[in-house]
Amino acid sequence: MKFIDWLDERLAIRQLMKVMLLEYYVPKNINFLWSFGVLIMLVLIILIVSGIFLLMYYKPDANLAFDSVNKTIMMDVEFGWLFRHVHAVGASIMFLVLFIHMGRGIYYGSFKPPRELVWLTGYFLFILMAATAFTGYLLPWGQMSYWAAQTITTLFEKIPVIGPDLVIWIRGNYIVADATLTRFFALHVVFLPLLLIFVTVVHLYAVRIVGSNNEDGIEIPKEEKKKKGIPFWPVFMSKEFFVMSVFLIFFFWLVFYKFDFAMDPINFTPANYLQTPPHIYPEWYFLAFYEVLRGFFFSQNLGLIAFVLSMLLPMFLPWIDKSPIKSGNHRPLFKIAFWIFVLDFIFLTVLGKLPPTGLYGWLGFVGSLVFFAFFIALPIISRIERKELERGGNKQ
Amino acid sequence: MAEDEKVSRRDFLLYAMGGWAAIGVGATLYAMYKTWEPLPEVKAQATVKFKLSEVQPGELRVVAWRGKPVFILRKTPDMVSCPDRTIEKEFTVVVGICTHLGCIPNWEADKKIWHCPCHGGEYDACGRNIFGPPPKPLAIPPFKIEGDYIVLGEVGPEYQRLMKG
Ligand code: HEM
Ligand code: FES
Repeated sequence: MKFIDWLDERLAIRQLMKVMLLEYYVPKNINFLWSFGVLIMLVLIILIVSGIFLLMYYKPDANLAFDSVNKTIMMDVEFGWLFRHVHAVGASIMFLVLFIHMGRGIYYGSFKPPRELVWLTGYFLFILMAATAFTGYLLPWGQMSYWAAQTITTLFEKIPVIGPDLVIWIRGNYIVADATLTRFFALHVVFLPLLLIFVTVVHLYAVRIVGSNNEDGIEIPKEEKKKKGIPFWPVFMSKEFFVMSVFLIFFFWLVFYKFDFAMDPINFTPANYLQTPPHIYPEWYFLAFYEVLRGFFFSQNLGLIAFVLSMLLPMFLPWIDKSPIKSGNHRPLFKIAFWIFVLDFIFLTVLGKLPPTGLYGWLGFVGSLVFFAFFIALPIISRIERKELERGGNKQ
Repeated sequence: MAEDEKVSRRDFLLYAMGGWAAIGVGATLYAMYKTWEPLPEVKAQATVKFKLSEVQPGELRVVAWRGKPVFILRKTPDMVSCPDRTIEKEFTVVVGICTHLGCIPNWEADKKIWHCPCHGGEYDACGRNIFGPPPKPLAIPPFKIEGDYIVLGEVGPEYQRLMKG
C-alpha cells in the first residue's frame, strides 16, 4: 500500500479512480446493449495489437505490398496468418459492434440532452473508424483494394470547381498509385489511430460527466445515483467480463473457421490499374451507404448528395428528434419508425452487393427513400408526442 | 489612463503573438499541403506516341497514358458513325475511364459496345454513353497527329477542331 500512497501524493490517482471507476454509477435498469461500448474498446485494442505485428513485416510500396501481405505474412511468418485474420476479422466486427452501439443510442434516445456531446464525439469516432478501414483496405494492394480506392477517390471529382484537382492531390498522381498507398499507410497506421484514441478519451470523459442513460430514459438525480446504480468498477465490469468472454469465443470462432468473410477472393489478385474486376463492391459495413449512392441511379449528382447526407444526417439526431420523451420503450410511433429504419438498413446492405440493374435498381431507390424518411418522420413524431404530453397534462 | 494603456499594450502583445502564430500555422499547413502534390516525375507531361496503322480494322488497342488506359479502336463501316468524334476518318480514340465512377469499361466485340462492369454503363463504338449511369461520353484525350503516328498528351490542330465542332 505504501507505493499507492506515494503515487497518490504525486498523481492523485485515488481521486481519478473514484471519478472514472469506483464512484461512477451505472444505472440498474440497463440491458446487455450497454456492454457494447466496452466491447468496442476491446476490439480497438485487438486491432492495435494485431496491427503492430502486421506492421513488422508489411511493406508500404506498390511493388512490395502485395507480396509482403500474401506471401511473407501469410506464408512465411510463423502465425502471420493469425495476426492478419485477427486484424481483418477485427475490422469487420468493429463495425458490427459499432452499429449495435449506435442503434442502442438511437433507440433509447441517448443522443438527447444532456448527452449531445457524447453522441457527437461518438459519431466522429464512427467517421474516423470508417476512414481507418478505408485507408487500411488499400494496404494489401489487391484488385479490390485498388478499385475501391479508385472509385471512392473519384467521388471527390464531382465537387464543383476544385474537384478534379483535389482528386489528383489526394492520390498524388493521376490515378491511385504508389504515392497514394504510402500516404494511406501513414494515415492508417499513425494519424487516424492516434486521433481515434484521443477522441475515445473525450467520449469516455463526456459519459462520466453526464452519466449513462437507461432503458426508461428517465434521468436519475445525482443524490440517487448511488442507490439506483451500481459502481462501474467492480460491479459493472464483472458482468462485462462475462460478456467479453462470450464475445471472444464468437470472435475467435470467426477468426479460425469463418475468416474468409473478411477476405475477398478478388483481393488475392495483385492490383492492376488497367483491369477493373467484373464486380466491385465495398466491405459489408459500407454497403448500405453505397446502396444509397447507387439508389438514385438516374442522377449521379443526386446519388452523391444522398450518399454524403446518409453518412452525416445521423450526426444531427439531437436536433432532428427533439421529443421530450427519451426512451423508445415509451414511444410507440417512434418504435415503429426505428424498426423500419433498422430493417431498411439491413435491406440496403443486402442490395448493395447485388448488381444495380433492373428491379434491384428500383428497390435500391425505394430503400434509399425509406432511409431518409426516418429522418423526416422524427420531427413529426416528436411534435405529436409533445402535443400528447401537453394534453395528458403531468402524467409522468 | 494608466490602466487603459496597460490593457492596450496587452492587446497589442496578444494580437502580435496571435498574428505570428497564425503565420506559422499557415506556413506549416501550406508546406503540408504541398507535400501531397504529385512528384515532378509524375507531373512531367507524359506523352505517348503510337502508330495508328498498326491497328487492324475492327481491332481495339489499349495504350497506357498517364496511368490511364486509352482505347484506340479502328472502326469498320458497320459501326456507328460520328464525324465529330472520329480521328483520321476511322479511329475512335478515348480515355478508357468510365465517366460515372472511373472503372474501365470492357469492349464487347459482338455487340460493338463498351460495357462498364461496375454499374452497367454502356458506350457505343464512338465512346458515346448510351445506357446506364454514365453522365457523358468517354473523354477524348489531347492528341496530335504526326503522319502515321498519334501523340497523346499534346494538343494538335485536329484535336482543337474536334473540341470546337
Ligand atoms: C483502429 C481501427 C483499425 C481498423 C478499423 C483497421 C482496419 C484495417 C483493414 C480493413 C485492413 C485490411 C485488412 C486486410 O485485408 O488484411 C487493415 C490492414 C492493416 N492495418 Fe489496420 N485497422 C485498424 C488499426 C490499425 C493499427 C492501429 C495499425 C498499426 C499500428 C494497423 C496496421 C495495419 C497494417 C500494417 C495493415 C496491412 C496488412 C494487411 O492488410 O493485412 N491497423 N486494417
Ligand atoms: S463506373 Fe462505370 S457505370 Fe459506374
